[in-house]
Amino acid sequence: MSGLDTGLALAYLLTGILFILGLKFLSSPAHARTGNTLAAIGMLIAVAATCLDRHIVTWPIIVIGGIVGALIGFFSARVVKMTAMPQMVALFNGAGGGAAALVASGEFLKVSGIGTASATDLVPIVLSVIIGSISFAGSLIAFAKLQELMPGRPLTYPGQQVVNGLIGLSVVALAVYLSLGNLDPRAFVGLVCAAALLGILAVLPIGGADMPVVISLLNSFTGVAVAVTGFVLSNTVLIISGTLVGASGTLLTMLMAKAMNRSITNVLFGAFGSVQSAAGGPAVTSSGGTVRTASTEDVATLLAYSRSVIIAPGYGMAVAQAQHAVRELSANLEKRGVDVKFAIHPVAGRMPGHMNVLLAEANVPYSQLHEMDEINPQFEQADVALIIGANDVTNPAARNVPSSPIYGMPILDVDKAQHVVVLKRSMNPGFAGIDNPLYENPKTMMLFGDAKATVSALAAAVPTA
Amino acid sequence: MTETILVELTVFVLSVFVGFEVISKVPSMLHTPLMSATNAIHGIVVVGAMLVAGAAIGGTTGSVIGAAAMVLAAINVVGGFAVTGRMLQMFKSKPESK
Repeated sequence: MSGLDTGLALAYLLTGILFILGLKFLSSPAHARTGNTLAAIGMLIAVAATCLDRHIVTWPIIVIGGIVGALIGFFSARVVKMTAMPQMVALFNGAGGGAAALVASGEFLKVSGIGTASATDLVPIVLSVIIGSISFAGSLIAFAKLQELMPGRPLTYPGQQVVNGLIGLSVVALAVYLSLGNLDPRAFVGLVCAAALLGILAVLPIGGADMPVVISLLNSFTGVAVAVTGFVLSNTVLIISGTLVGASGTLLTMLMAKAMNRSITNVLFGAFGSVQSAAGGPAVTSSGGTVRTASTEDVATLLAYSRSVIIAPGYGMAVAQAQHAVRELSANLEKRGVDVKFAIHPVAGRMPGHMNVLLAEANVPYSQLHEMDEINPQFEQADVALIIGANDVTNPAARNVPSSPIYGMPILDVDKAQHVVVLKRSMNPGFAGIDNPLYENPKTMMLFGDAKATVSALAAAVPTA
Repeated sequence: MTETILVELTVFVLSVFVGFEVISKVPSMLHTPLMSATNAIHGIVVVGAMLVAGAAIGGTTGSVIGAAAMVLAAINVVGGFAVTGRMLQMFKSKPESK
């Protein structure tokens, strides 16, 4: 080992340490930014060290490609709205998966040029290409769904599982064929296409509240693809970093699925929300005159003369960019001595912590944000539960309608409060496409309109003390 | 050769444990920034992209693959860290204004 190689290995070790410390710091709100900076420094060290690698003989592609990618990444990260964050993460994740698959393809090209390769070379190449392609294609579909370029609801067709199974089998067959030393470029391209198709078909039937779980799962997938790429290149920093992401991403995915009382397999194969409650479900809300609507003034007065109000925000607040208006309303109520708390369901919005990020942006103090288990017993003492653009996470059908697709999912017990006020754009069902019997509850008042406009009007209508 | 693989496997297995250990104590409000940060970290694949793009192997096909890998990896790294930074900026210094 030359001096240069030793230096390179030590630099990669330093990167690994900085990544681990970075993740550790990211565990606490006070140090999270330091964590991100540490990880970025680690990345910089790894890139700088790699520049000294003697395997690099030509620079134009690296420099031009790097600058183009960096500019795209930087500007899209800059201009994206906070509400579009989930699909942005999905897109960046897909880029990573695609890069891992391409690196493995480059290595395949290299061993093809040599003419022979052992299974120890080929197995990691094949695995990296499969996982990377699935992650790339799957992330693009997740992006398209969240960006509403295609229907966000689950897309299913008859025989879906069989088709997926067949494509899965062809992926396995091609992988085994290539790993046995058959350096056939057509088989390789076939493998890439089949794996990408599998990624697309696997994400298509997923929708509704399961989307965050899928993004997290794809994130850990890319991590694994990068780790395997590390085996391809015999590069420890790729193995360490990829594995860190793969392991932590898997854990995060399980935590999220657990919060929804669903297993990973159920998320992947259950086609959430596609099975509409057939029998025994509540009366169809869209037909009924059982829903009570209220005016802005009614609600403002009710809120102003309450002792305690619990606000349950959801994706509707994010879409309408209503977080600043919500903060204003909460501040006006507090000036009148009303106790205001926020109830954060673990999967409210499109990603775990989505609501926290938005409310933090609007300067709502942490101390006012309460997680589900903590806030649920407090609804009974609350005068008003104010639901802003949340639907499925407040649906009592999850508690008592076994035929409902969300039966068993823990929900916010908003219906235990004295009064329930629901701010909603229209009577349309939520992302999961399920009717919500909460709206027919006699103590529920509906206030229709854009969340931002409605909340601003409420904030203005609250009489000052 | 076998020895290298064994060392790599050791690193891999130990990293799995570290990955689980480091994450298990994160409060749910930081889950989104955390997912975003791990997303940026797997951008380390840029190192692999540099090695492939700089190796000048495989003629035109090789160059195209290298260039595409470089662009995608750079998007992942820069975009990932920038988005995470933006998210975390919102958590900084809460003015306790009422």
